[in-house]
Amino acid sequence: MASLATAATRTRIGRRRDGARRPASVASTRTLISDVQRNTRTGKIVYRVVLIATIVVFTLVFIGPLYFLFTDGLKSTQEAIATPPTLYPHQPQPSSYVDSWNRLDVGLMLWNTVYYAFGALAFQLVFDVAAAYSLSKLRPVLGNVVLFMMLATLMIPVTVLVVPQYVTIASFPFTHWNLIGSPEAIWLPSVANAFNIFLLKRFFDSIPSDYIDAASVDGASRLMILWRIVLPISRPIIGVVSIFSLVAVWKDFLWPLLVEYGYSPTRETLNVGIWQAQLGTPQNLIIAASAMAAIPTIVFFLIFQRNIMAGLTAGGIRG
Amino acid sequence: MADVATRRAPRLARLAAPAPPVPGRLLAKARRNTAAWGFLIGAVLCFTFFSWFPIVREIIMSFQKPVYGGGNTFAGFSNYIRIIHDPTFWQAWRNTLEFTILALVIGFAVPFVVAIVLNELRHARGYLRVLVYLPVMLPPASALLLFLYFYNPQYGLFDDILRTLHLPASQWVLQPGDGFFSIAMIAVVIASTWMNMGAATLIYLAALQNIPGELYEAAELEGAGIFRRIRHVTIPQTRLILITLLLIQVVATMQMFIESFVLTNGGGGVDNNTMSVVMLIYQYAFAMSGASNYNSASALGVILMLVLAVFSGGFLWATRERG
Repeated sequence: MASLATAATRTRIGRRRDGARRPASVASTRTLISDVQRNTRTGKIVYRVVLIATIVVFTLVFIGPLYFLFTDGLKSTQEAIATPPTLYPHQPQPSSYVDSWNRLDVGLMLWNTVYYAFGALAFQLVFDVAAAYSLSKLRPVLGNVVLFMMLATLMIPVTVLVVPQYVTIASFPFTHWNLIGSPEAIWLPSVANAFNIFLLKRFFDSIPSDYIDAASVDGASRLMILWRIVLPISRPIIGVVSIFSLVAVWKDFLWPLLVEYGYSPTRETLNVGIWQAQLGTPQNLIIAASAMAAIPTIVFFLIFQRNIMAGLTAGGIRG
Repeated sequence: MADVATRRAPRLARLAAPAPPVPGRLLAKARRNTAAWGFLIGAVLCFTFFSWFPIVREIIMSFQKPVYGGGNTFAGFSNYIRIIHDPTFWQAWRNTLEFTILALVIGFAVPFVVAIVLNELRHARGYLRVLVYLPVMLPPASALLLFLYFYNPQYGLFDDILRTLHLPASQWVLQPGDGFFSIAMIAVVIASTWMNMGAATLIYLAALQNIPGELYEAAELEGAGIFRRIRHVTIPQTRLILITLLLIQVVATMQMFIESFVLTNGGGGVDNNTMSVVMLIYQYAFAMSGASNYNSASALGVILMLVLAVFSGGFLWATRERG
């Protein structure tokens, strides 16, 4: 409540000081260049020039490639490999997208990716939330040792462990289970995410124990307390953790290449599938497939952009 | 302490009232621990199998060799000795260092400058922030295959731009040559920076917004120009973030894999001139037909782990707060 109140006052003060012309969302604190300097005659001109230059350059650099990502898939194969390249499809062929979808079986890859990503999300939410709740509120013996050992894994570069992880997944110690090719090969290792546990535990630590004690006096079980009290309060941090865990599986390459594609091409993810199809598939179909692989992530980003950007900075730094 | 007492109160009351308090408390403690470990056990098992055990196993495997007919035996340093005699080993390290330096020159400075400019703008900030982060969200293979298309020496867009500007065309990632800053590696870095700079930019931007305006005010009153204000206010105020991101970026770029892997179709470029250490681990373990060898790959992994640990330790020691 307190933070909401201060935020509201800050906006009101900001508005009053800056007048009505400035949007309320812009922070009112001064930055490198003072408002006085910015409002002089030359200051205004320079500001305009810099603003327009930034917008133009950013649009060219970041939207430019995306423009080609989506339009080059509409070209015919001849046009896609014409010299010099055309700036827009002269004979747009939406059928390239259909061809690409059928030939690369994009539907199957999309389904695999969604299946792995949401499965990993479910496993992470259940096990990481439970673990963070236990470490934060139930405080078992050796809890701090476990937490320290989990956080220590953040120091180990992930790609280095690919070989022993692969060997472990291919043959579990003692039981000799082989998980290669099964979705669990992606789901279970994703739970070993120290950053999730750290974020969740830090948030749970900020929940006053009074709430939990009160519920406990009323006879609520620990699971009930987690479900009815801790989880509803923790919605923002769970949102952040969910978004980042979905994106991580969606963007992963080496691990699904080894444990899924290496087992059978029918298990491949989008990211691996379009890479392995690039040899022997016409250029326009590859670009169309790349565009189709990018669409879900772009839509996802535009919907959740506020949460994603807030999570990036609130969650501190992520490697 | 208070919360422990209140949590236990109802349970103690429910137990037989005249019972001596010590066994009751022990029982409650045991129950509390059982429940707590019940919540914890799933994550602990996953960490054990997929994080803690592989770390140990990597070190063990690097000192083993397979025995004909199954099983492993102790092999001393033979895996290490074999890989340091592989010429590709040294080339991979040199390329990785080259990538890291280039990625720092471009990938570290550019986001900071961009963040400073964005922080001065009063319009279109939401739009620009979305733009800079958009590539981070794309599946890396999509972005890299698009760059591979742009880099194509026959029908690629980049060579067309160079020709329009009457500049000599380039082979980009296919450019032979193994100088310390090869064209091929620069092409890899450009694609990598485009893909990844959004996150760093937004983190810097958040740090810049936390700098108190009074500091700039004071510096200006003292007669400091823009660059001196950046030098004496902006950089010291964001020092912690700059140092942390620098460390994270070096550790991340030393593990470069997918950029070179996709842009060279898994091959490592002309004469391996973009082969990185992690790509070599992959090749040792999975790609060398017939010679596939988890033990050599583990030895290389251990070396990379040690190098990064020594670097991180040294870096943190060198940048520690003095006084």
